[in-house]
Formats: sequence, structure tokens, C-alpha cells
Amino acid sequence: MSAGAMRNAAAFVTGLPWAGRIGGGLVAFWLIVAVAGPWVAPHAVGAFVDSETFSPMSGRFWLGSDYLGRDVLSRLLSAARYTVFLGLGAALVACTIGTTLALTAALWSGWVDEVIARAMDTMNSIPSKILALVLVAAAGSSLPLLLVICAVTYVPGNFRIARALAMNLVGLDFVTVARARGESRRYIALHEVLPNMIHPLLADMGLRFVFIVLLLSGLSFLGLGVQPPYADLGSLVRENISGLTEGAPAIFAPALAIASLTVGANLLIDATKQEKA
Amino acid sequence: MSGGAGPAQGGLAGLAPMLARRLASSAVTLVLVTLVIFALANLLPGDAAQEMLGQSATPEQVAALRHQMGLDRPAALRYVGWIAGLVHGDPGQSLVAGMPVREIIAERLPHSLMLAGLTTLVAVPLALIIGMGAAIHRGGWVDRALNIGTLSLVAIPEFLVATLGVLVFSVWLRWLPSIALVSAEATWGETLRSCALPILSLTVVVVAQMARMTRAAIVDQMDRPYVEMARLKGAGTARVVLRHILPNAIGPVVNAMALSLSYLLGGAIIVETIFNFPGLASLMVNAVTSRDMPLLQACAMIFCGAYLMLMLVADVVAIVANPRLRAQ
Repeated sequence: MSAGAMRNAAAFVTGLPWAGRIGGGLVAFWLIVAVAGPWVAPHAVGAFVDSETFSPMSGRFWLGSDYLGRDVLSRLLSAARYTVFLGLGAALVACTIGTTLALTAALWSGWVDEVIARAMDTMNSIPSKILALVLVAAAGSSLPLLLVICAVTYVPGNFRIARALAMNLVGLDFVTVARARGESRRYIALHEVLPNMIHPLLADMGLRFVFIVLLLSGLSFLGLGVQPPYADLGSLVRENISGLTEGAPAIFAPALAIASLTVGANLLIDATKQEKA
Repeated sequence: MSGGAGPAQGGLAGLAPMLARRLASSAVTLVLVTLVIFALANLLPGDAAQEMLGQSATPEQVAALRHQMGLDRPAALRYVGWIAGLVHGDPGQSLVAGMPVREIIAERLPHSLMLAGLTTLVAVPLALIIGMGAAIHRGGWVDRALNIGTLSLVAIPEFLVATLGVLVFSVWLRWLPSIALVSAEATWGETLRSCALPILSLTVVVVAQMARMTRAAIVDQMDRPYVEMARLKGAGTARVVLRHILPNAIGPVVNAMALSLSYLLGGAIIVETIFNFPGLASLMVNAVTSRDMPLLQACAMIFCGAYLMLMLVADVVAIVANPRLRAQ
């Protein structure tokens, strides 16, 4: 990172309200864990290291042990990457598809717009969890499929935002000028409209990320998401649910981890929005 | 929304065509939704015949069972058959349980409706109070605290809320049961007690979004001249908000309520699972696991139908409550 970029980043952080800084800190923390987690884990992910199950927090096992006597901290550090990267990947795919459709609808207008908007409206009237469940039932839930399912589920939401943004821009003078110059619609979409809606689009992508992480964790919690031998944070909550009546940290640690990631992201997004307004 | 646009033609007579148009649009969407659900559930590989017979079945056995279940008919025929059944109130036969889908659903749906209804009774007033409270103290510390609070609640996974609820109220305090037993013999008091934790969890899940939208809708009205006028004539804060602002903000508020309440049927999946509540959403999860497509389709249609109906009701309420919308 160059010195200028560092200074920009510093200015961005100091410009945020304190809730936004906390949110940013939490998001940064989980990104680092997602990348480096398995290397700093004190024990191997699948190793049975404790003779007791659901043991409480201790100096040896910071977050206790799980239902099979494995180290919860190590499992959590390894699970975070599935949650974070599947979430990021799905959010990116959802927003790429949604925004492409939105730009197509806005610039081609007429029946193209009509057809796309109607299709997206229909998808939107299927509650996202139900849509995801039907998709899992139909297609299965391997890791790549889960990414696609989460992405497809949130395409309509992004489309709605992106189409509204693009529609506002398409009527402006600089687009009319570009049309008069004889630019192609593809050029106008990518070089005139898209750069002017990138900030609100990024905020929307952040929101989709939050929704997708919640959806994915929910699916895994129900046993329909990430399948063994892989485990994301939602799977950890599921496999340790029998520790609930003992109040074992094995169930609350991963649940709190998900909450700190999504709440952090939400606070950060809200703070960046207020800054613009 | 153009203020003061002649409400002359906005009488009740102008209402009927508007409602008819809105109703027709909902009907079209519903038909499209049936297409999407059917296509997703049926056009992809893998079916219940294969699922039921398992890996060891011969291709002939699978083909025979497929024929018996009618899965070998063309998709268009199966779709028409399904729709015809739906219209007559018969969503088909469960492939796994071997009994009519209608009977299975008839047993579960009342439970889900009861849970959703009770949660609504708690969540809607609470959301209105929080939303109005934040709006009245706009910019102050109450507003900021509520903003951070609701913003965080929106992003908290349901299973954290539900499991924390169990930890506090059934493990530590031992006030409430951690499993929701619903039976026909139970008295209302017993049912309420055993459903208290599910209701609490669902309330926490839906209240934040409703409160945020309520605040936004009210704040949107607060700088309008008519509000200033009401203040100048000496009306107190409570009167200004309840009598002057709320009727004008009712459209977006009802819309937000409908959106959140639609979540209470299909979105209750996780809460139902944690508390072993015999509702419709956990039925759908079972249908997913066993690839029981008729049951899955029926559940999905109920959730989508409920969503569309709530949206319709919200729009109608908004139109009836705000004469200016009728004039458009």
C-alpha cells in the first residue's frame, strides 16, 4: 500500500463516528482471522484434545471444548474462513449479476426492462429463506452450490437498488450527451453510469454480505448449509446445540462470532452512509 | 406524492378500480411465483423416486416408481396438474409420508399462525413505541442509542437470540421451558408459558426493522409545514405525533409492518427448530431434507401467498388511509 493510500485510509477511519470505527475494527478482525485463522490455531481442527466434553473456558482451552472434546477456539478460527469467504464471494456474485441486469434494464428500457423487472419482482416476492431452501432442495449444498444459491437469493434485492440508482442517472444530461455522441449503450453503462453509482452500490454489497452471512449460518445451523468435513460458524452452533442446557461456551462462541461479524459490518455500513448524507 | 393534488375524484368511488388493479397485479405475481417454484423444484436433476429407493435400486425399479408417482409425465402436464389441484385446495400427495399434503399442513398451520399472531401482538406495539420514541428525540442520545441498538439487532442471527433466551430464562432463572409443547388439551396459560421463549425470540428478530422504518417514516414528516402549524397552535408532542404525523406516515409504517410480519411464518424456521415447535417452517425443512417436492411446493406457496397477501393489505391500508394516493 502506498503512503498516499495509507493516508486516505487513515482519514477515512478518523472521519467515522465511534460506532462505525468499532464496526470497522470488528470487520477487519474477522477478515484477518479468515485469512490467518488456521495458522494461529493452538490445536489441529479435528484433534480430540480434551477428555471432557463441553468443558468451560480455561487457560488451556480459551473457549472450552466441544461435544467431542475438540478445542473450540481452533475450530472457530478455521470455520471463520468459510463464513467470511462464502459470504464475500456470494455478495460479489449477487451484486455483479444484479447490477448487470439493472444496467441492462435501465439502458435498453422498453420490453427488456419490463421482462427483467417483472422476473425480479417475482423472485422478490419469494421470501429469501424459502427461496434458498427450495434451491438447496433442488440443487444440493456443496460449497460452490451454496455460494451460487446465496448469490441467486440476493440478486433481486441488489437489482432493485441498482435499477433505482441507474434510472436516476440515465435521465441526466451527461448520459444524453454521451448518447448524442453516438456511444454504444454498453459503453454508456460501463463508463458513464456505473462509475457514478459505485459508492451506494458498495454499501448495498455490504448489506447483502450481512444478509448472506446470516442466511448461510442459518442454513448451516439447520444442517442444510456447509456439510462435513467442512464447517462454517453456523455448523459449529449446530453441532454443539446439545450443550445449550449446560450453557457451554462451545455453542455461544460461534454464535457470538457471527453476530460480531454481521453487527460490525452493519455499523460500518451505516457510518459510511451517514458520512455521505 | 404530490401534496394537495385534487382529492376531489379521490372519493370511495375512485377506490374500486384502484383496488382491482392492485389485486390483478398480485394475482399475476402469484401465478409467476407458482412457475418459479415449480421450475426450481422439478426441472433440476434428482427426484423423490431415486431418493426413496436409495443407491441400490435398479434403473427399472426407479422408472417404475417414477411412473407410479407420475414423475415421468412432461413438466408442463405436471405443472397444470399441480395448479389444478391447488385451485381445488388439493396440493397433492406427500411422497415420503404417503398421506395428503393437505392433512399434514392442516395440522401444522394453526400452530404457525398462533405463534405469528402472538408475536405480532407483542412486536407491533413495541416497534411503534421504539420508533416514535426515537423520532421524538431525533438527534438526541435516546435516538442515537436506539439507532445503534436496532442496527445491531437487525444483524444478529436468530439462533443467538434464541439460545441466549434459553440460557437466561430456562437454564439460569428456570422460569420458562426450553421446549415449546403445543397440544390441544393445554390451557391458554400453559400454551402461553411454553411459547413465551419462541415469541420473545421472534419479537427480538422482527422488532428492530419495524422500529427503524417507523422512525424513518415519522422523521420524514416532522419538518413538513403542517407539523409546524400544529406545534404553533399549541399541540403537545404526543398529540402532534399521534394525531397529525402518524396518519400521514401510516403508509410506509404499515408496509414495514407487513414486510416484517411476513417473516414470522417462513422466517420462523430457526426458532421453530431450536424450540422443537411443530410449525410450518420446520415442516418445510423436513421436506427439503427428504426431497418431498409436493410438500415443499405447498409450504413455499403458503409462505409466498402470505407474503403477497400482507403486501396487498398494506397497500390497501395505505390507499384508504391517504386520500392523496387515490388521486394519482
